[in-house]
Amino acid sequence: MLFKKADDIKSSEITDERVYVGRRNFLRGAALAASTVATGLLYRQLLAPQVEVATPEAAGVDAAGVPETAPKRWGLDGEEATSYQDITHYNNFYEFGTDKYSPARRAQALVTRPWAVAVDGLVNRPKVFDLDELARLFPPEDRIYRLRCVEAWSMVVPWLGFSLGELIRLAEPQGGARYVAFETANDPRRKIPALSEYEAGLDWPYVEGLRLDEALHPLATLAVGIYGKPLPPQNGAPIRLVVPWKYGFKSIKSVVRITLVERMPPTSWNRTNSAEYGFFSNVNPEVPHPRWSQASERRIGEYARRRTLPFNGYAEQVAHLYDGMDLKYYF
Amino acid sequence: MNRQESEVRSQNKKNRLNILTPVSLGASVRDIKFYKLTLFVNALVPLGLLVWDWRGGRLGANPLDFLTRTTGTLTLLFLVLTLAVTPLRKLTGANWLVRLRRMLGLYAFFYGSLHLLAYVWFDKWFDASAIADDVARRRFILVGLLAFASLVPLAVTSTDRMIKRLGGKRWQKLHRLTYVAAAAGVLHYYLLVKSDTRKPLLFAALVALLLGYRLAAAYFGRPAVPAQPVAPRR
Repeated sequence: MLFKKADDIKSSEITDERVYVGRRNFLRGAALAASTVATGLLYRQLLAPQVEVATPEAAGVDAAGVPETAPKRWGLDGEEATSYQDITHYNNFYEFGTDKYSPARRAQALVTRPWAVAVDGLVNRPKVFDLDELARLFPPEDRIYRLRCVEAWSMVVPWLGFSLGELIRLAEPQGGARYVAFETANDPRRKIPALSEYEAGLDWPYVEGLRLDEALHPLATLAVGIYGKPLPPQNGAPIRLVVPWKYGFKSIKSVVRITLVERMPPTSWNRTNSAEYGFFSNVNPEVPHPRWSQASERRIGEYARRRTLPFNGYAEQVAHLYDGMDLKYYF
Repeated sequence: MNRQESEVRSQNKKNRLNILTPVSLGASVRDIKFYKLTLFVNALVPLGLLVWDWRGGRLGANPLDFLTRTTGTLTLLFLVLTLAVTPLRKLTGANWLVRLRRMLGLYAFFYGSLHLLAYVWFDKWFDASAIADDVARRRFILVGLLAFASLVPLAVTSTDRMIKRLGGKRWQKLHRLTYVAAAAGVLHYYLLVKSDTRKPLLFAALVALLLGYRLAAAYFGRPAVPAQPVAPRR
């Protein structure tokens, strides 16, 4: 006989089936719940955007991102300014991470004081300017410009800044100067960069360049703030370039050196991938990029796409700089 | 053992397949049901959190871009998990893992569909000519579409009925398209990043490891003596 007879085991010792099944179901329910929570935590850690909300005090704006004072002041004609939160938490700053979210966290370590900007090269009066001196010489003003990233997204940013040309003229360019080269800080004492060249896929320091006539154009701006406040580190503190008619990567951040040169200077993204990033990089819906169609853009804060305008909507002011140039060749 | 059953078993032995009736699963049917439920729920967690975060405004400044990227990453992740089943099963002897493979593969297809939908909807707004232009101009779009296209027949033939209709061997052959999908998916990722290739290379390494295991197993795993003769038909 395979089975014990029923009276071999006292009936009181047999676990009630309901208890047995109940305990098993309880354990399984617990395992299911625990694994779900673990997966959720893993997702949060690995994939979710790590976006902190800027405190209203830091931003000087209300919860919706609208400045507490003079809410009408910041927009463009028919275009609202992008919220302080989004401008300061969606950044391309490869020295501090290659995704858009980490610069807001990682750039906080950047040491921005004291800071000096050297203006040198082919100028009669080369000089190293302290930040406070620049503020005294060129009182910054509010300048609200569209910013068009080469990745086909855009913002409207209320910068605080002054024309780069004023600083260059002060240094007195020599006749042979035809280009202007810019350089981002590359200094472990300042905690920049946080990423190695391998990690970022770029060579440090980040460098950019403009033709001298572009640099002298009044729209070419050295910005020291946004929304009337000092630049946060992730936006290129303490001083950065803003060239509103060119793709965003031309607007080099955390500048320490401005050098006037005779020949076209190297530029970081062009050096990494010259087929995709040209020296001029004017916003041009007619020249498709190998990665992104440039015909339209996603304005941050909006869902539908907008048509991209030639020179990012500044054609009237800057198109003459390129008279006679084939902009499909000189992209 | 009835006749049909024995035929299926010998067929399985011949093909070294464990699709319909694995010899030993190493887990009870009830356990497997529970594992499947657990996998089903866990695989939905990222989607649930995505939707929840979206509604709560926690997807950052560019939620549409984030949705597209994240569904893409999840597709690759589930492809890798699908490819990991066979090596894990062979290394650990946990044959029941094969019972989770279909669901893993279908989740890869599911997240891949969401990824494609996000692109077609939020990036192109269903503009067919813009999509055609994109495919013609941009290799990473073309490669991504190829990866997705190779997943479609796999999803279609994932049912028990289709396995039976195709027959184990043909079904298995067809489902090697998973290798193509995974390789193309990784290439798609690699081509689309601007300069930081670390994450695409991580996925490439995983896929290479899992495919390399299969190559090595095919090369070294050949039995020295001929395979067991097929049981004679009665």
